[in-house]
Amino acid sequence: MLLGPALFVSAALFTLGVFGVLLRRNAIVIFMCVELMLNAVNLTFVALAQRLGVAGQLFVFFVMAVAAAEAAVGLAIILAIYRHRGTVNLQNINLLKG
Amino acid sequence: MSWTLIIFWAFAGLAIASALCCITRRSPVASALWLVVTLFSLAALFVLLDAQFIAVLQVLVYAGAIMVLFLFVIMLLNLGRQGPTDVKGPLGVGVAALLGGVLLFQLWILRHVAPPDAIQLPPSSMARLQQEQGLVGAIARPLFDTYLIPFEITSLLLLAALVGAVVLAKRKL
Amino acid sequence: MSASALQLLWLVPALPLAGFVLNGALALWRPNAKAAVSTIGVGALVLAFAAATAAVAEFARLHQAAPLVFRYWEWMPVGDLRLDFALQFDQLSAVMALVVTGVGALIHLFSVGYMHEDAGYARYFAYLNLFVFFMLMLVLGASFPVMFVGWEGVGLCSYLLIGFWFTEQINADAGKKAFIVNRIGDSGFLIAMFLIFRATGALDFGPVFGRAQAVFPAAGTTITAVTLLLFLGCAGKSAQIPLYTWLPDAMQGPTPVSALIHAATMVTAGVYLVARCNVLFALSPLGSAAVAGVGALTALFAATIALKQWDIKRVLAYSTISQLGYMFLGVGTGAYAAGIFHLVTHAFFKALLFLGSGSVIQALHHAYHATHSHDDAQDMRNMGGLRRYLPWTATLMWIATLAIAGIPPLSGFFSKDAILGAAFALATAEPIWYVYWAMGVAAALLTAFYMTRLMLYTFHGPTRTGEQERQHLHEAPWVMTGPLLVLGLLSLSGGLLNLPELMGGGAFLHHWLEPVTALADRMRPAVELSRVVEWALLSGAVGVAALGIFGAVRLLKPEALLPARLAPPETGLGRLLWKKWYVDELYDAIIVRPLQWLAREVLWKSIDARLVDGLIVNGSATASRALGWLGSRLQTGEVGFYVVLFVVGVLLLVGGAVR
Repeated sequence: MLLGPALFVSAALFTLGVFGVLLRRNAIVIFMCVELMLNAVNLTFVALAQRLGVAGQLFVFFVMAVAAAEAAVGLAIILAIYRHRGTVNLQNINLLKG
Repeated sequence: MSWTLIIFWAFAGLAIASALCCITRRSPVASALWLVVTLFSLAALFVLLDAQFIAVLQVLVYAGAIMVLFLFVIMLLNLGRQGPTDVKGPLGVGVAALLGGVLLFQLWILRHVAPPDAIQLPPSSMARLQQEQGLVGAIARPLFDTYLIPFEITSLLLLAALVGAVVLAKRKL
Repeated sequence: MSASALQLLWLVPALPLAGFVLNGALALWRPNAKAAVSTIGVGALVLAFAAATAAVAEFARLHQAAPLVFRYWEWMPVGDLRLDFALQFDQLSAVMALVVTGVGALIHLFSVGYMHEDAGYARYFAYLNLFVFFMLMLVLGASFPVMFVGWEGVGLCSYLLIGFWFTEQINADAGKKAFIVNRIGDSGFLIAMFLIFRATGALDFGPVFGRAQAVFPAAGTTITAVTLLLFLGCAGKSAQIPLYTWLPDAMQGPTPVSALIHAATMVTAGVYLVARCNVLFALSPLGSAAVAGVGALTALFAATIALKQWDIKRVLAYSTISQLGYMFLGVGTGAYAAGIFHLVTHAFFKALLFLGSGSVIQALHHAYHATHSHDDAQDMRNMGGLRRYLPWTATLMWIATLAIAGIPPLSGFFSKDAILGAAFALATAEPIWYVYWAMGVAAALLTAFYMTRLMLYTFHGPTRTGEQERQHLHEAPWVMTGPLLVLGLLSLSGGLLNLPELMGGGAFLHHWLEPVTALADRMRPAVELSRVVEWALLSGAVGVAALGIFGAVRLLKPEALLPARLAPPETGLGRLLWKKWYVDELYDAIIVRPLQWLAREVLWKSIDARLVDGLIVNGSATASRALGWLGSRLQTGEVGFYVVLFVVGVLLLVGGAVR
C-alpha cells in the first residue's frame, strides 16, 4: 500500500540527484548527489521487497557495500586530484582528452 | 488517512526538502549535513517499509561511516569556508533543468506501465517472513545461503577498495 | 583383373596428380635430380596408362551400356543443387582416357630427351603431369562442373607451358593471349552451364541428358542458346573461328608441349564436349549446323594460311586448327564416332608430326648452338635435305604426312573419309551440308599440299643449314625416336580401329560408341548412301589427296629456296596468306585497341581515377575525417560536459525502454 508513494519519493530523489550532478561543479558535492541517487534506488528496492520477498533488501545490502567502496576510492581520487591540481572544481579539471 | 501514511509523507517530505537543500547549498559542509538529514529520513521510510535491519544499516553505514568520510575529506581539503559558488551559470541550470524534467517525465510515464505478474504477492509477505524468522534472520538466512558467493565477493570488493584508497591517497608509497 | 580395375579408376587421374606433387616438390628443392624427375614424370603416365587400359578392358568385358558413375565425396551441396565429386566411365571417356594417357606417356618419354638440358626440367614435368591430371578430370568428370575444373585446369597448364620460357617477352605474351582468348570461350561454357541448370535443375551428365528431351523443345530458343554457348567454349578451347588466333602463338612453348597439349589432347576437348553433349546438339539443328559450318570453314581457312607459313611449327599449328575443324564438321554432322575417330588418329599423326619437328628443331638448335649462330632453328628456309641427317625422323614424318593427307591405308584416310562421307550423306537431307562437304574436300586438297610442302622443304632438296653447321646435325637419341616409332606404327594402323563396313571392316569404334550416341542418333534423319556413291567418294578423296601431294611435288622448287636471312619478302596473295589474312591485325584494330582505349581513357582515367579514387575512396576518407573532426570537438576534456552527455545518453536509453 506504500509502494506507490515510495516509488514516487524514489523518483523525486533520483531526479534531484541527477539535477544536482548536472548543476554543481564541486566534485565532492557531485559525489554526494551520486550517493543521493543510490539511496533513491535503495528506496525502490526496499519498497518492492515488501511484496517481492527478501531479495530486494539483500540488494540494498550489496548496494551499500558498493557505495562504501566507491566512496572510499572516489574520495581518495578526489584527494589525489586536489593534491595535483589544487582544486576540486570540475571546471579546472580538463585533462580527460587525448 | 492512516497514521502510517501521515508519518510516511512527513519523512518523505523531509527527505525531498533536505535533498533539495543538499544540492543547492553553496557550502559543501552544508550540503553534506543536509544529505545526512535525507539519509536519516530514508532510514525512517525503510522502517515503515518493513526493512528495519536495512534502516539500521542505513544509519550506521551511510549516515555514520560514509558521510563522516565525506566531511573528513571536506575538512582535509579545507573546503569548509564560504567560497565562490560552484553552481553553473544560467545555461548550465537550463540544461540541468531540461534533462531533469525529461527524466521526471519519463519516470512519470512509467507509472502507467502494468506491473509484472510477480508483484501480485500479498502485501504483507515481508512482514510475515520477519515474524517467522526474526528481523535479522529474514535477511541473514538468504545472505549466507543463496547469496553466499556474492556476499563473499563483497569482501573482496571492500578489500580492493581499501587497498585502492590507500594507494591513491598516500603521497608516496 | 577383377572388377577392382574399375574400382581403381580414381588412380588414373590420381597418378599424374601425385607426379605433379612430387615433381613440383623436386622442382622447388632438388631441381637437378633429373633421373628422379624422369622416373616420376614418365612413370606416373605409364602407370596411369596401364590403369586406364585395365579399366577399359574391364569395362569392355562388362558389356555395359549405361555409364558407370563413381561418387567420391560431396563437393558442393547448395540448396537444391547437390554436386558430388564424381567420375564417369563410359565408352567415350574410355577412348579419351586411353588417348590422353597413351599419347601422353609417349610424349613424356620424348620430353626426357628433348628437355634434358633445360634448367627447368623438373618444373616442366610437374606442369606436364598436372596437365594430364586436369585433362583426365575433363574427360572422366561426371558432371559439367567437374568437367569445367578440368577444362580450366588444362587452360592453366597450357598457359604455364606456353610461357614456360617466360623470361622472353614474346613467350609470356603468347601465354597470356592463349589464356585470355580461352577465357572468352569459357564465359560461353559457364553461361551455357547456368542455362542448363535452370532448365533441367541438374548438372550431372546423367540427369541432364536424361531430361533434355523433356525440358527442351526441339529446335527451341533455349537449347539453341545452350548449344551455341557451349560451342563458343569449344571454339576457344579447340581454336576454331573466331577464337583460333591463340593456337599458332602457343607454339612458343616447348615442342612436346605443342604436341601433347596443342595438338593431341587439350585442343580436342571441344570435340569431346560436343560429343559428350550429343543429345543437346541433336535437339538443336541450328546449333549443330553452326558447329559443322564453323568447323568446315575453319578447316579450309586454316589450311590456306598453312600454305605460306615458314615456321615449321606454325604450319603444324594451322594444320591442327584445320584438322580440328574437320572434327567439328564430323560431330556437327552427327557423325560423333567419325569425329572421335578423327580425334584419335589425329592425336597419333599430329603428335608424331610435332615430335618429329621437335627432333628436327633440336638437331638444328644443337648445330646452331655449336657454331654460335643466331639463325632461326624453326624456319624451314634454314632446313632442307635433312633426310640425310635424320633418316628415322624423315621416314616417320612421311608416314604421318601421308596419314594426314588421307592416303590409304593409313589412319587419316579412314577418319577423314568417315567425316566427309557423313557430311555428304546428311547433305541428301539438308543441302547446306553440300557446301560443308565441298569445303572439307578443298581443305583436304590443301592439307595434302602444305604437308608435302613442309616435308619437301624440310627433308629434301639441298641443305640450306650452312656449311659449318652440317657436321653437327645428327639423329635424336632413342628416347626421342622410340616414341616416334610407336606413334608411326599407330599412324599406320590406326585405321583398323574403325575399318568401314564398306571394306569388310567391323567399324569397331562406331559400334563401341553407339551406347553413348544412341539417343542422339535416333533424333537425326536416317540417311543412307548407296555403295556406289560411297566408293565414288572414297576414290574421290584419294584422288584429291594424291592431287595435292603431286601438285606440291611438281609446283614447289626446294632447290630455288633461299635461307631465311636472304629470302625476299612475299608479295600478292602469298603475302596475304603469310600474314594469316591479317586476322591478328584485324582483331587488334577492332577489338584490342578499342578495348584498350576504353580501359585507359574511360575505365581508368575517368571511372577509376576520378570516380572511384576521387569520389569514393578519397571522398569517404574525407567524409570520415570530417566526422572524426566533429567527434573530436565533443571531447573537450571537461568532466562536467561529459556528465551532461552521459545523462543525455542515459535518458535516450531510458526513453527507448519507456516508450
